[in-house]
Amino acid sequence: MNSIKEIQEEIVDEFSIFEDWMQRYQYMIDLGKSLPLIEEKYKTDDKLIRGCQSRVWVHPEMKDGKLYFTADSDAIITKGIIAILIRVFSGQTPKAIMESDTDFIDEIGLKEHLSPTRANGLVSMIEKIKIYAINFQAKMN
Amino acid sequence: MSKALEVQLDVEKIRSDYPILSRKVNGQPLIYFDNAATSQTPNQVVEAIVTYYHQHNANIHRGVHALSQEATDLYEQARKTLQKHFNAAKDKEIIFTAGTTHGINLVASGFGSFLTADDEVVVSAMEHHSNIVPWQLVCEKTGAQLKVIPITEKGEWDLTELDTLITEKTKIVFVNHVSNALGTINPVEKLIQKAHDCGAAILLDGAQAAPHLQIDLQQLDVDFYTVSGHKMCGPTGIGMLYGKEDWLNKLPPYQGGGEMIDQVTFEKTTYAPLPQKFEAGTPNICGAIAFAKAIDYLNEIGLDKIAAYEHELLEYATSQLLAIEGLKIYGTSAYKAAVISFNIEGIHPYDLGTLIDKMGIAIRTGHHCAQPIMDFYRIPGTARASFAFYNTKEEVDIFVEAVKKAKSMLS
Repeated sequence: MNSIKEIQEEIVDEFSIFEDWMQRYQYMIDLGKSLPLIEEKYKTDDKLIRGCQSRVWVHPEMKDGKLYFTADSDAIITKGIIAILIRVFSGQTPKAIMESDTDFIDEIGLKEHLSPTRANGLVSMIEKIKIYAINFQAKMN
Repeated sequence: MSKALEVQLDVEKIRSDYPILSRKVNGQPLIYFDNAATSQTPNQVVEAIVTYYHQHNANIHRGVHALSQEATDLYEQARKTLQKHFNAAKDKEIIFTAGTTHGINLVASGFGSFLTADDEVVVSAMEHHSNIVPWQLVCEKTGAQLKVIPITEKGEWDLTELDTLITEKTKIVFVNHVSNALGTINPVEKLIQKAHDCGAAILLDGAQAAPHLQIDLQQLDVDFYTVSGHKMCGPTGIGMLYGKEDWLNKLPPYQGGGEMIDQVTFEKTTYAPLPQKFEAGTPNICGAIAFAKAIDYLNEIGLDKIAAYEHELLEYATSQLLAIEGLKIYGTSAYKAAVISFNIEGIHPYDLGTLIDKMGIAIRTGHHCAQPIMDFYRIPGTARASFAFYNTKEEVDIFVEAVKKAKSMLS
């Protein structure tokens, strides 16, 4: 398993081949469509992040000291960004997640989607992923 | 080539009043279709702001010096401009506020001081959150009941049960004149009559109506009316609350301090007469002057012409959009301001809005702070395009193409 930093670099590299926003967004849309759906039983209110623009569900699972995430959104572009975030965070240790940042999103030209004022649920989703990591880390200690 | 709009408006000249309309967004010429959220500000209004700060800036109503007198005169002249424009009986019935929400809270808070558990407050299911929450707070505090006028599939009030909704128990009715989420121009005259027949007061939220319609407050015979400057080509942070003199005298002051005070001792403070009673602290002097300038500007173009031109844009855009397969418009009343709320089957409004923004077009997506409406239609939100008199048919064409492009990317 590559480190969070390595995966982020891979993603930045992959995005560098796109020539314009349309290609970038088409890729995001395709990613969104391919995201494994969260199991319906986890699409509960306590897993729901209510944005004013789109809704996000995220569910964590701990296996062999690593955190795995499944997630969903009702908006496909939000879902595409979720797919990228899951690729970065899923399968990592709580400690690595706690110490990571999401600056790479700027580099792939999707910064606006992580703006706190965008109200699409993504900023809260990252917060939630970090809180899960902190809680699981606390349990491990 | 489609034919030109029939209403004659020198849009090219009008557009030159708005430098922002020449800028680019995401590398594309800006098309601004979020006018229901805030309108753009013409040079004339910006110049009024600059002139105020360059020439007249001083606190009002208290200085004997020349600048203070000038600022006071301009501020009070602004009040008169609004009085005349909205045809209020007296200038003291015009209260400057921070905006529509402020006006609503002022009235709600005032009624909160005399409502009881036996009283009822009536709102509609078409309201903006700003219209629901202040009344919920008042009802929680006083025990009064909140009753809701339902809406129909077309996005109009369903008044079939009006006689059971507005009764002798009703103390205040509060509805929007034009819906921000759907664009419906509501038949407020009926409600004003009904409220008065039952001895209730009625407050109208005119935020979406005043930019498009000529409002005659005396003819409407409404008790309270509230608007925002920034939706009428004025600056943000300024609005108007109109109240009939009797009602404004009955309501207690909303905030304390500054101009609203007549005399203070520790035993008893007496309040200033209207309108200062409701203008605590140093008001938004410059905002009021600029707001009046915006109203002069709109009147120079002519609100009738503006309404007719916008209506043509609305009809044209509606027919073009409806030609897109799977596109549904919410709010299909025959009486609409230039607002189109829509969705495309299988596409989330956030996705649509995001891609359209990339093409330089500003529309609004989401629930438009009107969740009850979205719940009614069982949708998460809509995309909303709202037009102003400085928009053009060509912009509508580009927008419709952008919607088609976004649709093909998302399908």
